[in-house]
Amino acid sequence: MATPMLRWCCPGRRWIFAGIGGGSRHGRGVPTGSTSSGKRGQSSVAQQPLITAQKPRKGEREWAAVVGLEIHAQIASNSKLFSGSQVDFAAPPNSLVSFFDASLPGTLPVLNRRCVEAAVMTGLALDCHINRKSLFDRKHYFYADLPAGYQITQQRLPIAVNGSLAYSVCVGQRWSQMVTRTVGVKQIQLEQDSGKSLHDNLRSQTLIDLNRAGVGLLEVVLEPDMSCGEEAAAAIRELQLILQALGTSQANMAEGQLRVDANISVHHPGEPLGVRTEVKNLNSARFLAKAIDYEIQRQISELENGGKILNETRSFDYKLGCTVPMRDKEGKQDYRFMPEPNLPPLLLYDSGSLPTGADPQQVIDIDQLREQLPELPRVTREKLVRQYGMRPEHSFALLNEVGLLEFFQNVMKETRAEPKKVTSWVLNTFLGFLKQQNLAVSESPVTPSALAELLDLLDRKAISSSAAKQAQCVKTRKNSILIKGGLPPHLQPHLTVSGGHKVPGTQRTLTNKHPEG
Amino acid sequence: MLKGYVPPYNATVVQKLLDQGALLMGKTNLDEFAMGSGSTDGIFGPVKNPWSYSKQYREKRKQKSHGENEDSDWLITGGSSGGSAAAVSAFTCFAALGSDTGGSTRNPAAHCGVVGLKPSYGLVSRHGLIPLVNSMDVPGTLTRCVDDAATVLGILAGHDPKDSTTIQDPVKPFTLPSLTDVSKLCIGIPKEYLTPALSSEVRSLWSKAANLFESEGAKVIEVSLPHTSYSIVCYHVLCTSEVASNMARFDGLEYGHRCDTDVSTEAMYAATRREGFNDVVRERILSGNFFLLKENYENYFVKAQKVRRLIARDFVNVFNSGVDVLLTPTTLSEAVPHTEFIREDNRTRSAQNDIFTQAVNMAGLPAVSVPMALSSQGLPIGLQFIGRAFCDQQLLTVAKWFEKRVQFPVIQLQELMDDCSSIFENEKLASVSLK
Repeated sequence: MATPMLRWCCPGRRWIFAGIGGGSRHGRGVPTGSTSSGKRGQSSVAQQPLITAQKPRKGEREWAAVVGLEIHAQIASNSKLFSGSQVDFAAPPNSLVSFFDASLPGTLPVLNRRCVEAAVMTGLALDCHINRKSLFDRKHYFYADLPAGYQITQQRLPIAVNGSLAYSVCVGQRWSQMVTRTVGVKQIQLEQDSGKSLHDNLRSQTLIDLNRAGVGLLEVVLEPDMSCGEEAAAAIRELQLILQALGTSQANMAEGQLRVDANISVHHPGEPLGVRTEVKNLNSARFLAKAIDYEIQRQISELENGGKILNETRSFDYKLGCTVPMRDKEGKQDYRFMPEPNLPPLLLYDSGSLPTGADPQQVIDIDQLREQLPELPRVTREKLVRQYGMRPEHSFALLNEVGLLEFFQNVMKETRAEPKKVTSWVLNTFLGFLKQQNLAVSESPVTPSALAELLDLLDRKAISSSAAKQAQCVKTRKNSILIKGGLPPHLQPHLTVSGGHKVPGTQRTLTNKHPEG
Repeated sequence: MLKGYVPPYNATVVQKLLDQGALLMGKTNLDEFAMGSGSTDGIFGPVKNPWSYSKQYREKRKQKSHGENEDSDWLITGGSSGGSAAAVSAFTCFAALGSDTGGSTRNPAAHCGVVGLKPSYGLVSRHGLIPLVNSMDVPGTLTRCVDDAATVLGILAGHDPKDSTTIQDPVKPFTLPSLTDVSKLCIGIPKEYLTPALSSEVRSLWSKAANLFESEGAKVIEVSLPHTSYSIVCYHVLCTSEVASNMARFDGLEYGHRCDTDVSTEAMYAATRREGFNDVVRERILSGNFFLLKENYENYFVKAQKVRRLIARDFVNVFNSGVDVLLTPTTLSEAVPHTEFIREDNRTRSAQNDIFTQAVNMAGLPAVSVPMALSSQGLPIGLQFIGRAFCDQQLLTVAKWFEKRVQFPVIQLQELMDDCSSIFENEKLASVSLK
């Protein structure tokens, strides 16, 4: 099912893998890390690429798909959005529930400063206009994991609007052809997360855990500027990197820290937009792309066969690889939005409007936050390209793996080898090795220093490339590297991986440390 | 709905009192969820006005020689904080807390002959106050004299980090000056409050009060609050809307009453809420949800908010024109017998009885009901003073001056008189004060 969809959707596209050179996909990995086209720096503004049906059917007309995304990112803060209870994803059930979270009568919301800062920072990073005044509202619906019977959100006037997110996708058959696209950020709003429901069908009961109830969320709404699953996945990936770089959210989809809903519709170019469906329950970028592509094709098939698209909510069935309607018992929901009367309007300041003598604990200065913004992934990649003459697609790959960039930079500090060689080694051999062993960078038995020294040897042609590749990194209790394969004795170095300062090229005596276990 | 519920925390206002050494004697009866103007719709039954058993009332009734069973025609306290007003009125305690959303503290105060204060919105923390209308609720105080009200207010007022709608400015406890010269005072009499439904006795007392101020040198002028007639409807829309929202949390899941059904979550919610709420509450929830529907929101809720702003602006304009304090009735008449009160439903009664009090809540202003005199039936009648926002101190100062001039009589309850005859020898003593 997948391949025909892809080919039809985005001509010549492949799934983008985390490593370069077609290495195996990391178990937890999220596929992105695009390659760049030869023309560096050229970017195309978001368009609606025409999609040609693989087999021209009855209508023989072209279809265009329109994809928008609603992203909920859990804010990385110590306490919840409106109450002082702690945020911890692994705590025992119902152990982090304050009176307010449990909706005890008489409790009132108190806004968490850190969450507001996280929202502002994210808005700045996405080039949004930060609203100096924003408002809170109540969104009402009855559900067991919503203790108050309403969620506090920002419906009328969110904290940030009108931004954009740039991401890169592969075009063409070769993975080295990359273009930059942008998707509009409609708004960012602060809102509460709900609790968790665990359905126990055996005993016909539902268990409610309110630990998550009230945790701060950033809802990021992306405009329907995307046209297929791959673009959506790439956009999500970039957003994850941004949120992680900012520290505003850990944005791990598998852990539910980043949840994405997709709005999908199809239409013939030139005609009005079609009815859209919403697809929920997507917890990885890969499934997101799959679900979107499936839904696009489903809608096209439906319409070409004379059917209609219902404005409904669907979920993605992982096993079957298709979207299915969600049980919609109440028909259309009226959320009866109402202003939240217990929270006055949120006022933000900048250096120009900051009231004199204001208590810094009580006000937020947007300009100050802007100055303190960490380096964004885009900038980091540009720097890598400039500093090391790296190919853009490599810069993407380096950022794609947690900890890999830092590892690379540490190696660079200690080696005399050429950046290009280091890059290639890190992205291919090293990363490939890790994936084979199913390890994260942080779990690597090889330290940057060790690799630096290895690369120096290679550089000086002291060892052959194949020998180096044959070097097996065996994790011993004392973490030393045993080098197998033919090495002249006088060149057999003593390599330890205990850190410390290594002077490349120094002759050391060999120590034979036997691997243990 | 809250059967068996024991709150695991103290409200800020309660904690503040406890911190000052107050002794909590008990919790008082009220209309369910503070919805009502009679304190007749609570699960524990209606509250009886102590004045029903007062010598002053009984003697007047004997003159009419009804000859009926003395207890069958007891009077209501007004509401919804009737229990608190009755407790203070009957000398059960020195002071009591109530809530005031549309007059729920001032109304029973007037009917029970005690001082009922509604502080400025934002002055006193609502943390721990079960919300009715978050944008109008204030904890209120019931005391036997204005000085006591000032003492309690001094303890309760001030910023609470747990309530984001309290003002940041620091508040210090204060003692009220004894005003002697009112020549610089300007009293406003809103003409729209002169309604045909007003009893002749209340009207004449209102007039008498105005004359009293004038005779002592104050400037007393007629003012206009043009949007008064829209006030009660506006209040109804906003009140029910917020109620619908605030009551959404009562689902039996986390605390309180839960029904026996376990067919499904929806069924449980429905049954719990049907069982746990009385008619009045359910009525208001349904109304409120109607007003909040997408297709109605603009026409009802938003419109009501706009009208609310106009009403608030009416007050601002009047105060800006040099008026210090407004003088109005608190209630249409003195307390009525329970049998008469229940002839009309809760909604009708509320609409009738909130007429002088609810506009104040919509504008967030401070107001106090001070007992003035006994009616021809021997029952208390109180008048209301309305002040500028956050000028509660000035408001109480004027109220204290008035209280001193009118010398409202002490309730003569047989049991009390037997026990404390020495205290009541001096009939001029308005209260046993906290000092």
